[in-house]
Amino acid sequence: MASVTPQRVLITTPLRWIPDTFDFSRYGQIFNGGADSVGATFRAAMMNSAVVAVGTVSISMVVGILGAYAFARLRFRFRRATLMIFLATYMLPQIALLIPLYLILNSLGLLDTTTGLILVDCALVIPFVLWILSNYFMTIPDELEEAARIDGTTRLGALFWVVLPAARPGIFAAIMFSFLLAWDEFMYALIFTSSDAAKTLPVAISEFAGRYTTDFGLVAAGGILAALPPLIVAIIFQRYVVSGMAAGAVKG
Amino acid sequence: MSVASVKTVEKSEMHPAQSGKPAGPRKREKQGRLAFWLLLPAGLAVFGVIIYPIFRTLIISFFQVNSALATDTPFVGVDNYVHVLGSASFWESMGRTLYFTLLSTALELAFGLIVAGLLNAKLRARWLFRAVVVIPWAIPTIVNAAMWKGIFSAQYGALNALLTQLGIIKEYQAWLGDPTTALNMVVLADVWKTTPLVAFFLLAGLTSIPAELYEAAKLDRARWPRIFRSVVLPMLVPSISIVLVLRTVEAFKVFDIIYAMTRGGPVNGTQTVAYYAYTTAFSDQNFGVGSALSYIIVVVILALSAIYLRLLRRSEMSLL
Amino acid sequence: MIDSTKRIHRTTVGFALLASAALMLTGCSVTGAGTSTSNYEGDGTGTINALFMKQAGYSESDVAAMIKGFEAKNPKITVKPTFVAYEALHDKIVTSAPAGTYDVVHLDVIWPADFASKGIITDVTKRFPDSWKTDMLGGALTSAEYKGKYYGVPWGPSTKLFFFNKDMVAAVGASPSDLTTWNGVLTVAKKIKDAGIVKYPLAWSWSQSEALVCDYAQLLGAFGGQFTDASGKLVINKGAGVEALAWMKKTIDDGLTDPASVTFLEDDADKSMAAGKTAMELNWESTFRDQNDPSISKIVGQAAVMPTPAGPSGDHPGVNGSMALSIGAKSTHQLAAWKFIEYMTSQSVQEEFVKSSMTNWKSSYTKTDVTVSNPDVFKAAGVAYDTMVLRPQVPNYNSVSQTLQVEIQNALLGKKTPQQAMDDAVATANANLG
Repeated sequence: MASVTPQRVLITTPLRWIPDTFDFSRYGQIFNGGADSVGATFRAAMMNSAVVAVGTVSISMVVGILGAYAFARLRFRFRRATLMIFLATYMLPQIALLIPLYLILNSLGLLDTTTGLILVDCALVIPFVLWILSNYFMTIPDELEEAARIDGTTRLGALFWVVLPAARPGIFAAIMFSFLLAWDEFMYALIFTSSDAAKTLPVAISEFAGRYTTDFGLVAAGGILAALPPLIVAIIFQRYVVSGMAAGAVKG
Repeated sequence: MSVASVKTVEKSEMHPAQSGKPAGPRKREKQGRLAFWLLLPAGLAVFGVIIYPIFRTLIISFFQVNSALATDTPFVGVDNYVHVLGSASFWESMGRTLYFTLLSTALELAFGLIVAGLLNAKLRARWLFRAVVVIPWAIPTIVNAAMWKGIFSAQYGALNALLTQLGIIKEYQAWLGDPTTALNMVVLADVWKTTPLVAFFLLAGLTSIPAELYEAAKLDRARWPRIFRSVVLPMLVPSISIVLVLRTVEAFKVFDIIYAMTRGGPVNGTQTVAYYAYTTAFSDQNFGVGSALSYIIVVVILALSAIYLRLLRRSEMSLL
Repeated sequence: MIDSTKRIHRTTVGFALLASAALMLTGCSVTGAGTSTSNYEGDGTGTINALFMKQAGYSESDVAAMIKGFEAKNPKITVKPTFVAYEALHDKIVTSAPAGTYDVVHLDVIWPADFASKGIITDVTKRFPDSWKTDMLGGALTSAEYKGKYYGVPWGPSTKLFFFNKDMVAAVGASPSDLTTWNGVLTVAKKIKDAGIVKYPLAWSWSQSEALVCDYAQLLGAFGGQFTDASGKLVINKGAGVEALAWMKKTIDDGLTDPASVTFLEDDADKSMAAGKTAMELNWESTFRDQNDPSISKIVGQAAVMPTPAGPSGDHPGVNGSMALSIGAKSTHQLAAWKFIEYMTSQSVQEEFVKSSMTNWKSSYTKTDVTVSNPDVFKAAGVAYDTMVLRPQVPNYNSVSQTLQVEIQNALLGKKTPQQAMDDAVATANANLG
C-alpha cells in the first residue's frame, strides 16, 4: 500500500504547488518542441531506448533459450561450472569494464550507436535469462519431449514445438526481466553514448534533472513518459512473473 | 544469486538422469557437442564482451596508471591494493555501502514479505492490486531518483509539505542536507523501488506452499505467528536466499541512484564504494587504484554471498 | 575473441592464465596507448567532433549558429557538436580520450593542469599568436594555460557576480550601496529576514560539488586569502581561509542562509531567487538572463546585478570560472580543429553572442555597441575581470577539490570547527599533492 502513495504524490505535486497553467505545457514541450529543444532530445532518447531494449530483449531471448535448453536438458562436462561462470559475471561491477569496453567499442566504430549499447547490454541480460529459463525448463516433464522425439522430432524441433509452448510463463517472466534491465541500464549508456543518435532515456533524464533541478514538473512529465513503456510491459506480464518464477527459479 | 541457483540446478540435475535412460559415454559426448553449439551464442555474447575487459582491468590494477593515455605506467605490484586498503576514505565508503546494503535488503525483505502476503490473499481485485504493486519496480531508477529528489526537496518537496501540514515538523527540512539522513533517504528511495521485485520473488515461493500444510497446521491449532515460523518461513528459505544474494549484490554495486540523487554528497555521506571507485578512476584519473577497487568489490560480493548461503544452510530451516 | 570464448567452456582456469600471459607478452603499455607517430595534423578538412557543455554561457542554439557560420566559411570542414551536462563533462573527456573521439573539447579553467599533465589535450603554444596574450583578458588566458604553455584558446571569461532583488532590498529601506561589503549584505539580509519578506535572504550553491569551491574561492578572495603559497602548497588553514569558512557557517547559524544551500547547485540557487524565495545570491553572469525570463522567473525586472561585495580586506576578486576550447591529444584533424577554435574564439563571434557569454577580448569592453546589449552585466563583470582568484592549479585538482568540498561541508554542517576542517583539508590535500 505504501508503494502507491508516493506515486500519487508525485503526480499531484505539480498540481498542488505549481500553477495550473504549467500542467500540460510540459507534455506539449516534450512532444512538440522543435530541433535543439528538450523535446527533441527526449523524443530521440525515447526512440533509442526502445531500439536498445527491444534489440537486447530479442537477442537475449533467442540466445538465452538455446543456452537454457542445454543447461536444463543436456548432460555434458563442466555443466555446472559453465553455468556458474555465466552467473558470476553478474557480480562484476560495470565500472571494472568501462575503459577497456570503451576502447573496443571505439575500434569497432560502435561508440555512440544503439548497436554498441545492445551489444554490451546483452552481456548483462543474458545470464539472467539463462538462469530464469534453465530453471523453468527443468520443471517441464521430460515425458512430453520424449514423446515428441519418439515421433522423430529432433531436439531442436522438440525445443520449439514442445518445450517452448509449455514454458510460456517462464519465457514471459524472462522477457519482462530483460526488458526492465535493458530499459533501466544507466552506466554504460552514460559513458558510451553522448549524442541524440544513441543517448537513452535514463541519460537524457539525468541531464534534464541536472538542468532543471527545481522544475520538477518537467522532470516528472519526462519521468512519467519514460516509465510508461516498462510499466505497460510490467503490467501485461506481471501475472506470468509469479507463475514463471514459482515453477522455475524458486522451486528449482 | 549464482551460488543459490547453482544449488537448485545441482539438485535437479538428477532429474534428466533419473527419467531418461542411463546415458552411455557416446551419447553423452554427442550431447556435449550439442550443448556446446547451443551455448556458443550465449557464450559469445557474454564473454565476447567481458572477457577482455576483465583481464585488462585486472592487469591495470597492478600498474600505476594516472591517465587514460599514459605511456609511462610503472608496474607497482599490489601497491594499489595496499593503498586502497590503507585509505580511510575507502573504509568509510565501505562502511556506508554495508549499511546501505544491510538496511535496504532488510527493509526490502520485511516489506516484501508483507506485500507478498497481501498479494497472496484471496482478494477480489487481486490482478489490479498486483498491477499496482508492480509500478515502482517498472519505473526506471533514474526517474525514481529524480522523483524522490523532488519529494525530499528542501524548498518544494512533498515530504516537507506533508509533514508540515500534518504538524509533525514546524520548518522545512533539507532532507538530503545531512549526511546520515541523506543516506537513509537514498535507502528509502531504493526500498520503494525494489520491494515489489522482492515481493514477487517471495510470492512465487508462497504460492508453491501446498495448501495441505496450512490445513495441517490449523488442525494442530497453531496460531498465526507459529504457522508463519514453522510452515511459511522454512518453505520460503529458497526464495529468501535468492533474494538476499540478488539484492546484496545489487546494493553493493549501487551507482545510478546515487549519481542521480546526491552525487555522493553531502560530506561524502552517500558515497558508496562503487561510486568511490568511479570517482577514483574517472574523476581523479587514478585508473590503477580504481581497477584495484573494483576487484575488491568483486571479492567482497563473493564473500558476502558465500556467508549468507552458509548461514542459511546452517540454520534449522535448512531446505537448501 | 571468438576463439577465447570457445575455449572458456572447456578450460577456464587455463584460459585465464593464458590470456593474462598473452596480454603481458604483447608488451604495449597497459592503457593501450601507443607512442605511434601517425599524422595527427590532418589536411585541415573533414569532419570534426566537438564536445561542449550545456548549461550556463553559450546555449546549444548559440553554438549551432556559430557552427553554421564556420561551415559557411570553411565548406570543407563539417562540425558535429555534442553537448553534455557540466557535471558529466570532465569524465566524458577522460573516457573518450584514449579513442580520440573528440577533436575539440570544452575546458573549464580548473582542468588544464590535469589534462595537460596527463597528455589528454594538445599543446598549442606554437599556434597561439603573441598578440592574443596581450589582447585577451588575463583571467581568461589562465583557463588555457599551464606552466607557461597554452593548451587551448579561452572561450568566454566567467566569474560569479552578486545578484539581488531590488524590490526586497528597497522594502527594508536599503540601497545597493549598502551591499558593497559582505558585512553590509548581512545587515540588509537581517533586515529582510526580520521584516518577514523571505525566510532565508541568502542562497548559495554549497552542495558537494565544484560550485561549493567556487563560492568558497570568492569569499576567500574577499577575505584577502589565497589557496596556495609560493611553493604551491595549500595554506587555507590559516587566516583568511578559516575566517571565510567561519563566516559562511555563521550565516547559516544566524538563519540568513538557507540551510538547504548544502544541497544546491548554481541552478538551484538561481531558481530559488527566481521563485522569490531568496533575496540575494552569488552566481554566474548568465543568471541575469534567467532572472528576467518570464517563463521561469517570478521576479522579472526585480533582479539587479553588481560586482561581488568586498570582504574585510577591502578586496573583491572574482572567482575565475572561465572556459576554453582545446584540441584532443588523439585528434587526427588537428589543423581543422584549430581552424574551428580560431573561428569560435574570434572577437567578432564572441561579440555577436555576448548576451550569453562575455568576451575575452579586452577591446570589446570599450565598444559601446557591444556593451549596450547587456549593460548591467558588462558593468559588473568589467570590474570583476580585473582581478580574479584562481582555484589551485594542480594536476590532480579533482581530488584536491573533493577533499575541500567534504571538509568545507563538514564545517557548514557543524561536524567540525572551521579551523579543524581546514586543517584536515590542508593535510589531506597536501599529502595528495605529493
